[in-house]
Amino acid sequence: MSHASEHSAPAILNEVKATSLPRAKMVDNDRDFAWITDKICGIVEGKTPSWWWWCFAVACFMACFTVAGITYVVATGVGVWGHRSPVNWSWPIVNFVFWIGIGHAGTLISAILCLLRQKWRTSINRAAEAMTIFAVVCAGIFPVFHVGRVWYAWFLFPIPNYNNIWPQFRSPLEWDVFAVSTYGTVSVLFWYVGLLPDLATLRDRFALAGRETRAKIYGFFALGWRSSARAWSNYEMAYLILAGIATPLVLSVHTIVSFDFAVSLIPGWHTTIFPPYFVAGAIFSGFGMVLTLMLPLRAIYKLEDLITQYHIDCMCKITLATGTMVGYAYAMEFFIAWYSGNPYEGFTFINRAFGPYAWAYWIMISCNVITPQFFWFKAVRNNTTFVWVLSLFVNLGMWFERFVIICTSLTRDFLPSSWGYLSPTVIDIFTFFGTFGVFSVLFLLFIRFLPLMAMAEIKGVTPQADAFNGHKNPHA
Amino acid sequence: MSKHFPKSVNKLPLQIIIYLFVISGLATAGVTYYMTPKYTRVGYAPVQPVPYSHAKHAGELGIDCRYCHSNVEKSGFANLPTAQTCMNCHKIIKPNSPLLAVVRKSYETNQPVPWVQIHRVPDFVYFNHSVHIARGVSCVECHGQINQMEVVGEAKSLTMGFCLECHRNPAAHIRPRDQVTNLDWKASSEAEQLTMGAKFVHDWKVNPPQSCSGCHR
Repeated sequence: MSHASEHSAPAILNEVKATSLPRAKMVDNDRDFAWITDKICGIVEGKTPSWWWWCFAVACFMACFTVAGITYVVATGVGVWGHRSPVNWSWPIVNFVFWIGIGHAGTLISAILCLLRQKWRTSINRAAEAMTIFAVVCAGIFPVFHVGRVWYAWFLFPIPNYNNIWPQFRSPLEWDVFAVSTYGTVSVLFWYVGLLPDLATLRDRFALAGRETRAKIYGFFALGWRSSARAWSNYEMAYLILAGIATPLVLSVHTIVSFDFAVSLIPGWHTTIFPPYFVAGAIFSGFGMVLTLMLPLRAIYKLEDLITQYHIDCMCKITLATGTMVGYAYAMEFFIAWYSGNPYEGFTFINRAFGPYAWAYWIMISCNVITPQFFWFKAVRNNTTFVWVLSLFVNLGMWFERFVIICTSLTRDFLPSSWGYLSPTVIDIFTFFGTFGVFSVLFLLFIRFLPLMAMAEIKGVTPQADAFNGHKNPHA
Repeated sequence: MSKHFPKSVNKLPLQIIIYLFVISGLATAGVTYYMTPKYTRVGYAPVQPVPYSHAKHAGELGIDCRYCHSNVEKSGFANLPTAQTCMNCHKIIKPNSPLLAVVRKSYETNQPVPWVQIHRVPDFVYFNHSVHIARGVSCVECHGQINQMEVVGEAKSLTMGFCLECHRNPAAHIRPRDQVTNLDWKASSEAEQLTMGAKFVHDWKVNPPQSCSGCHR
């Protein structure tokens, strides 16, 4: 440095003029606070639309499949599921990992994007968090009921009991219990804390409209929120702390889920790439599901001003990034299988691509690796219908990813004498099919009775909320 | 909001927390006491078809357990005696007692006496009597002081925790093999029991299974 200052070279430019790139607007058409409140509260306050009833009826009908499937399993035994030696883990764990993965977008949006000050999260975080919680509920069904005698599921927790048995803490399945239950708890807390100001808004609006019962119900859940400066100050701090707690969970939960496989010795599972690969896959599937849910909502409720093209772009880009990471992981698995010189690993991957489950493998590759590549193109991202269709393929592909990982490795392990093929039973299929109904029932109830966007937060990112109206703070 | 709720609602969160603690404490205590096998099983002493007194036969008269439960050392299952065993003595002693009518009928018709089973482990548990006898586990460890029971009842909970207590620490429970059926035997002191037990554990290579498949085969 001293050398440079002694012989200061002439500047190439006398002045650097940065191009002014306008910041993306979070709310289109310069909507004001009142419009935002009316728009979002209107969804809850208005009459129940007939499409809602139709969807709700269909969702309930679908959910019956899960209820019936589970009832049959409990009454008969887990033998009615299709897992047989050598595939002693099959659809239930595939479904569990699938649903848990979907949940990851909610926490990513609410926690990590909050800490990174990504303002575009405000329009989608509420619904994404709800999606997370409902996905965890659906995921939980499978491990809880696979224990067979479900009334003993509490054995999973370290509770002193007259049998003197204690969970096996060296098992990643036990880590799962803690990872998922912590995740579920923190997600619910995060969601609920975020809801407080909006619940209070609804309480006050119902009170003004003279609907006392509703005002009381929302008032109860609003925990006496009064919107005072002190309440806001505490609220912001609580929200930030929860974001801090939830951030490691985004990474830890699916890391631990991946340990279920990676800690074992089965070829195709026993790899260190699993944790990051699973986390990327989870966020990929989660954003797929967020797009699947938010795009129809945006169209039905005319929320284009709140979920703008910019929001869709951001979501598509994250899907593209994580999808490409997943594709990289697939490629790296192949590379390491060859590079390690381990014949079992090598065989496993050749078998994945060309063995009896090749059909599933290529569905997975086309959905997870090829689908997101469309999001490079602005024209694709601008076409919401096409984005929605692509998001369905993402969901499909991520289910197949778990299916491929579990079935190809277990049906072809070290001993050819224990090779096999997995066929699910109709109970497997119905139970899984029904979880989409369970999820939809919960999500429909959510959009009907709770504000589906964080009104208070959206207002915070509008230009009107800027006290200096876009100018620099003169006192700064 | 005082508009919707009375002021007393402010105390509600604290009240809810206190009630939750009290209720969950009571529920835990209740379940622990009333719903575990210590409560539900210990003391189960059904009326038997023959009022056979272990206190008289095994205690007062000193008949060895193995006289009647003759296969307990050789078999996984501790057999009940046939009426033939009873009649060895009762042909001569009290041959006409009305209390023994059921036994005599069984002896004549070859139909077993319908004893009511008391001690049982679930079907999914593998338990072998001979193994335990052969490694110095006395009858009294699981069945209690049968030699003092007028009517036999369940004395121990026989839960998995009960089994594991001994499987995890066999030295505190095993005794010289010739004292296995002596239900009154006790080591002279606790320290003596532990030293002796530790020696037996070493000499007899006692290695009770603690993994699931040891008993749930």
